[in-house]
Amino acid sequence: MLSLVRSLWEVFRHAFARRVTVQYPEQKAYLSPRYRGRIVLTRDPDGGERCVACNLCAVACPVDCISLQATEDEHGRRYPEFFRINFSRCIFCGYCEEACPTYAIQLTPDTEMGEYKRENLVYEKADLMIDGPGKYPDYNFWRVAGVAIGGKDKGQAENELVPIDTHSLMP
Amino acid sequence: MATIFIDNAPRQANPKQNLLHACLSLGYDLPYFCWHPALGSVGACRQCAVKQFRDERDTAGKLVMACMTPAGEGTRISITDVEAAAFRAAVIQGLMQNHPHDCPVCDEGGECHLQDMTVMTGHRSRAYSFGKRTFRNQYLGPLVNHEMNRCIQCQRCVRFYRNYAGGHDLNAFRLRDNVYYGRHEDGILESEFSGNLVEICPTGVFTDATLKRHYTRKWDLQMAPSICVHCGLGCNTTAGERYGALRRVVNRYNHEVNGYFLCDRGRFGYEFVESSLRIRHPLFNGKAAIKREALERFGSILSEGNAIGIGSPRASLEANFALRTLVGSDRFFAGVLDEDLQLLSPMLRILREGPARSASLDDVEHSDAVFVLGEDVINIAPVMALRLRQSVRQAPMRIAAGLHIPEWLDDAVREAVQDAKGPFFIASPYATKLDDIATTTHRAAPDDLARLGFAVAHAIDDTAPKVTGLSPEWDTMIAAISAALLGAQRPLIVSGASCRSRSVIEAAAQIAWALRKAGRPANLSFTTPECNSFGLSLMEPRALSEAFQSIQNEPTSTLIVLENDLFRRAPASEMTAQLRGVQHLVVLDHLVNATTEAAELVLPAGTFAESDGTLVNSEGRAQRFFQALDHSADVQESWRWLREGSVAAGLNNEAQWQSLDDLITAMAAEIPAFRAIPAVAPSRSAVGKIAREPNRYSGRTAMFANISVHEPKPVDDPDSALAFSMESGPEAAPSSLIPFFWAPGWNSIQAVNKFQGEVGGPLRSGDPGVRLIEPSQESGWQYFTAIPPQFKAQPGEWLLVPIFHIFGSEELSRHAQGIAQLLPRPYVALNPVEASLLGAKAGEQIKVVVEGALFELEVALRADLPRGVAGLPTGLPPLDGVMLPAFCKLAPTGAELSARGAS
Repeated sequence: MLSLVRSLWEVFRHAFARRVTVQYPEQKAYLSPRYRGRIVLTRDPDGGERCVACNLCAVACPVDCISLQATEDEHGRRYPEFFRINFSRCIFCGYCEEACPTYAIQLTPDTEMGEYKRENLVYEKADLMIDGPGKYPDYNFWRVAGVAIGGKDKGQAENELVPIDTHSLMP
Repeated sequence: MATIFIDNAPRQANPKQNLLHACLSLGYDLPYFCWHPALGSVGACRQCAVKQFRDERDTAGKLVMACMTPAGEGTRISITDVEAAAFRAAVIQGLMQNHPHDCPVCDEGGECHLQDMTVMTGHRSRAYSFGKRTFRNQYLGPLVNHEMNRCIQCQRCVRFYRNYAGGHDLNAFRLRDNVYYGRHEDGILESEFSGNLVEICPTGVFTDATLKRHYTRKWDLQMAPSICVHCGLGCNTTAGERYGALRRVVNRYNHEVNGYFLCDRGRFGYEFVESSLRIRHPLFNGKAAIKREALERFGSILSEGNAIGIGSPRASLEANFALRTLVGSDRFFAGVLDEDLQLLSPMLRILREGPARSASLDDVEHSDAVFVLGEDVINIAPVMALRLRQSVRQAPMRIAAGLHIPEWLDDAVREAVQDAKGPFFIASPYATKLDDIATTTHRAAPDDLARLGFAVAHAIDDTAPKVTGLSPEWDTMIAAISAALLGAQRPLIVSGASCRSRSVIEAAAQIAWALRKAGRPANLSFTTPECNSFGLSLMEPRALSEAFQSIQNEPTSTLIVLENDLFRRAPASEMTAQLRGVQHLVVLDHLVNATTEAAELVLPAGTFAESDGTLVNSEGRAQRFFQALDHSADVQESWRWLREGSVAAGLNNEAQWQSLDDLITAMAAEIPAFRAIPAVAPSRSAVGKIAREPNRYSGRTAMFANISVHEPKPVDDPDSALAFSMESGPEAAPSSLIPFFWAPGWNSIQAVNKFQGEVGGPLRSGDPGVRLIEPSQESGWQYFTAIPPQFKAQPGEWLLVPIFHIFGSEELSRHAQGIAQLLPRPYVALNPVEASLLGAKAGEQIKVVVEGALFELEVALRADLPRGVAGLPTGLPPLDGVMLPAFCKLAPTGAELSARGAS
């Protein structure tokens, strides 16, 4: 008898408790910026493509769902000719982001990627590329790397000395 | 064997070697940079420091460089000693101080010795906070890329390029931390072995410029053991594929054949596979057809009967055998001119019936007196030239041995030896790039070269026929050559088909036989023009001229040409006339050429990268190559086309060949010379699956997702134990099936250390390949008696000899994108004296009439050509059909000179 009353009371009390159910999709849940959702390719602070097609994301991927091909522009800047992520295989582990030496590949707090056809889950570079630097607004790999590209000659990277003049007679 | 103690454990080591060699051979991981098994020790990088103790009571010990310390009996060292480990970490910290932050965009990344060694020592981040030294790069040509910032100044490139390969245009400049490795100015690297810098450089200073155009990391390549098809030496290579295209070729160590190095033709020639001239679909009367149609057509052509087959010296034994079986052995003809077959067959006979053994390339390197007769080795069989260059170090090594300097102590040996070189003689029609190491050189027309050879043989053994009418100035040279060869412990005679003179070949054999008769273990090495020249001749095909006779005699005839451009072998007009009687011309080949254009039916044959097969190299060693690409669409192995054609025609003789192993078994049973062929590599069922892909292979579920999101099942390989996947059995691959060299912690090609019994020695399960040719044990051989008469220069006529070019003279590599930029322009080479008599100047056009054909060619002056002899580059269009040697007439462009040669 007593337990019956207690149950009734509990139910009655919950009718006035704070609601925890989020009315998704009308209402969006909060996902932190570091949430591991849809993968994007970002741009460096100068607006250039950040990905240098080093293949580290692809090799780190435990389900092998990233594939790309490197190519170079006429000034030696390397970028992916194509970049493909098969999200129907992706497990959103974030290893690719961890492996990326240029902060190009980032996971975002967006999980709304459902599709009726698996084919539509194959994202190409155009689908992955965003216009900003994502979570890392300042880093530009080419400013630190010791290779020359268009607009940045040898010796112009951070912490680099001017190139040695090999024809100089000075020791 | 000496007992040494490594971290107190007694281990067996070779006392003639150094501690680094011993540690690596015993399987220890000890980091190093400047040392290389082929180059020896110089102690430049200080990376291989270990602690050495006087005896078991010594606890203090002292740091020594393992590469500079002999592995003597009782040596006690510690690799794990804290101080030694800290020293090594400090060294790498110093080396990394200026290393640019560019591994992600470096082509070496993932197979970088510097990365491996850095991880091995535990160095992580740069402690030095000041600026990084930088350098500008140089343009080094279309094959090798230069990125000087990455250099760690280990010296290996210069030591290889200058000391080992004899190059001159790469050097170290400046001093201290500014040392720069490059040329004195931008320009194409001159050495034929410049591609080895890619592998010899422990980091990414020198990288493969052809790979850069379609870059793929080593871990992403699907790789298979392969054999180079660009000359007769049969160097072992590893071919790598990605996204259905051949991406690169690297060296595959074979102690007996190529060792650690390849030539640039072998390394960069692979690009012909992806050339725009590739035939990817069957062609019927020039129009693309699908495979089913092509097979129906092929079947109906074959069922008309009367088919004859022309084999190929650049197709595998299997493809040639399939054709031979299809048409019958009496209707199978050599794919080389009679003149060439009459060079190859005697070479084989000499090596099988005579007493001299055919030398492996390792034997070549260890010969201590060499006589090269009639060959431009560096342009015909480049890696043999690289080995020959080491052979002149053999005899002077005795000076170092007398001073108790071990062979591996490279700088000390070079200091002791100075410029001393072992006996090395070259007699050739024109100067070669090996002349700088020669004791003496002699230039003469082929007939005179043969006479010189016979005279040397007579000087060695006077029962050999005497050469009469020799000019007395030859006497000292003949005496010097014969004395040096007789005084050597391992003399070697090198000759081959490039003079296209049977007498030269016989003269070379005569010398080797005379030496054998005098009790010297003389070896003989012939170069062969193509990758399977010996394989084709071992099948004993009928002469090509007989094929054309039977075409003329039989009214309805089908001619099947296997991987062979007949128009390269004879003048176009002549070949067109010969083929006129053919009703159906069926051609199997890789690239569009004049023969495929004349064909009714063209079947797209797989290249070395798309098929399996066996090639017999110039040593007589049969070696197997394996498919690296799973052939898509309509391209397939020649033997499969031939088999499927015969099945379509209702013939039964090939129907039972389900796989390569069936064919090989049939071939071994049919041809006695090939009895050992099944032993070249294990059959498909003999070993467990071996993965062609490294276990880090990426993109499996994405690479074809744009075509279909359902991942395809890995393609099954019916022909070999190699799998088109990452899945491997537990056991180690036998040496003939090693698809790539990799070991934990060793991602670079230097992982080969882990596959050798002793570093620099044979692979652990034996070097791949089976020798099919062994010298006769019987003493029934006879000296050759046909000595040619002396060559006499004819007034108004020149003997045209073929001049070989590493890039250009070979048929397939010419179409590789990188190499295509290095091809010479057609020219005629003349002695300046004779050119001035003709009034011709260098660079001017001149008329050349040879064999009824008229060419206008640029004049190149070569003072090294003998009088009465002119040179023509061989294999270069439009000169590729010219039969050399031949007599020609020359005239200035203005002069009257008809094609018939009457001036």
